[in-house]
Amino acid sequence: MSDPYPRAPSTHVPVLRLGDVLLVTLQGDLHDSTAEQLQQDIGEAIARSSVSGVVIDISGVEIVDSFLGRVLAEIAAKARLLAAQTVVAGMRPAVAITLVELGLTLPGMRTALDAQDALGMLTRQAASSRPAHARQESP
Amino acid sequence: MQTAGRVEASLPISSDMDLAWVRQHVRQTAAELGFGLVEQTKLVTAASELARNTLVHGGGGRLESVRLANGHVRGLRLTFADDGPGIPDVERALTDGYTSGDGLGMGLGGARRLVHEFSIDSGPDAGTRVTVISWTVRPPHPRGEV
Amino acid sequence: MPEHETAEQRAPHDEVADFLRRRREQIAQRWADVPLFRTVFTVSRDEAVEAGKSVVEALAAVAAAGRAEDAEAAGFGVVREQLTRTAAARSRAGASSAQVSNEVDALRTPVVDLLVADLSAAPAEHVRECSTALTVLMGTLRLVVMESALSEGQALIDRQRLQLLEVATPVIKLWDGIVAVPLIGTLDSARSQVVMETLLEAVVEQHARFAILDITGVPTVDSLVAQHLMKTVAAARLMGAECVVSGIRPAIAQTIVHLGLDLGTVVTRASLADALAYALDQQGTGIVESTPHAAGQR
Repeated sequence: MSDPYPRAPSTHVPVLRLGDVLLVTLQGDLHDSTAEQLQQDIGEAIARSSVSGVVIDISGVEIVDSFLGRVLAEIAAKARLLAAQTVVAGMRPAVAITLVELGLTLPGMRTALDAQDALGMLTRQAASSRPAHARQESP
Repeated sequence: MQTAGRVEASLPISSDMDLAWVRQHVRQTAAELGFGLVEQTKLVTAASELARNTLVHGGGGRLESVRLANGHVRGLRLTFADDGPGIPDVERALTDGYTSGDGLGMGLGGARRLVHEFSIDSGPDAGTRVTVISWTVRPPHPRGEV
Repeated sequence: MPEHETAEQRAPHDEVADFLRRRREQIAQRWADVPLFRTVFTVSRDEAVEAGKSVVEALAAVAAAGRAEDAEAAGFGVVREQLTRTAAARSRAGASSAQVSNEVDALRTPVVDLLVADLSAAPAEHVRECSTALTVLMGTLRLVVMESALSEGQALIDRQRLQLLEVATPVIKLWDGIVAVPLIGTLDSARSQVVMETLLEAVVEQHARFAILDITGVPTVDSLVAQHLMKTVAAARLMGAECVVSGIRPAIAQTIVHLGLDLGTVVTRASLADALAYALDQQGTGIVESTPHAAGQR
């Protein structure tokens, strides 16, 4: 965490597929271009393999500014259009306090304490909504 | 009695990569000065917002950082400067929701809430200078700005 | 500084520096008996003399550098260490700042007397210049000591205030996944900040999906504090926890309405017990055998 040099720009964040949920784990300092690329990757992954949920684990992220906040909100909005739920998991207290102060409360975004809880939320939801397959979450 | 140290660092802001450098520099300096984790995070986030403004709206510029001391309280002053088109209506630019490009319109107004002191100097075709200061211990009169 | 010395007469600051070095022992001996040193070094007079000598030496270095008026001069570093500790000890013993300031000033007379005696053969003009230079030096000394003593006291107050805030903010685990902070006493901006951070840290540590802020013991809530409460609720939500505010007394509810604050998005309950029941119910733990509610639906 006290790395004196910025990490080499990782231009790609891996998107894992677990059952019908996508799991994305963000780490360290995210460059704007990486975040934009991620947004595109997730959109394509959802469209390709009709998943029911996306979990974005940000427990390893030290700051979320308005740019990254907007990227997260747009991922969620896009996923919703494709009938998938997005859950942001593991936000650190300092990051949460800062976002609130910044005026970004990300309304409508679902959150969970960690990735495991988020996966639990999504599978419970999938189980209870399976009979009525076409159910959609209101924005 | 307030004393300012020498200019600690002067970093260019001309690319996406530079924003990461700015965040890294501010994080490290704030940690060395003894800022708590929450205050560090606020300051780094404010720096990220302001550096992005410099890059996107000012067409690039510089960050200068100076360490401050006021008795036993330490501080960090960050100045973001560009020679861009400037902000025609500063008052309006500080209101939430205002945006001239993309973003959620939280840039300036949001950054102001994350620091202890905030000042801005800009005008049409005059470039923009935004200076922010935060202290390790919150001053008794925190928000006497603009 | 006047610049009309004759050839064999040296600049006053050099004269003063020489004098201080030459008379180091005698000055320190005299200082050992003034209240500032006498009341701090009660056991050993020798220790007082040693402390005095190091201060005289530091003053000589400042005088030789011609920086008698400069409180930032390097030589004052030693003085800060020595005399600040001494002055702080006097403050702890109950002496007021003005008293300590006078005691530091009392160091001046013995030195000036000694200087005047030493220069009895010199022209009156030179004696006057030298004693002025020495007086300026001693005045700067007083400034340096008072400045660092005050800043030391302020640092102590800040540390204690922070400790007090932490002590006054206990986080209690009420159930698996449910934490609570019972707040007692006045909430100001600084304390609200500590409460927010402590509660959110506990949410992470205890893996708590519910956090209860109980304000039964808070006499009044102004708009700043209400804002802090709402920020805490919003931050908890971003982390994946739900924050419930309990114990809003009628008078406070009145204030909140009066201030035009909208607590609409905040879950509130009359008492801590009600808040716990709410959290247990939401969690699907016991009491009511309803189907578990999905989190986030209200």
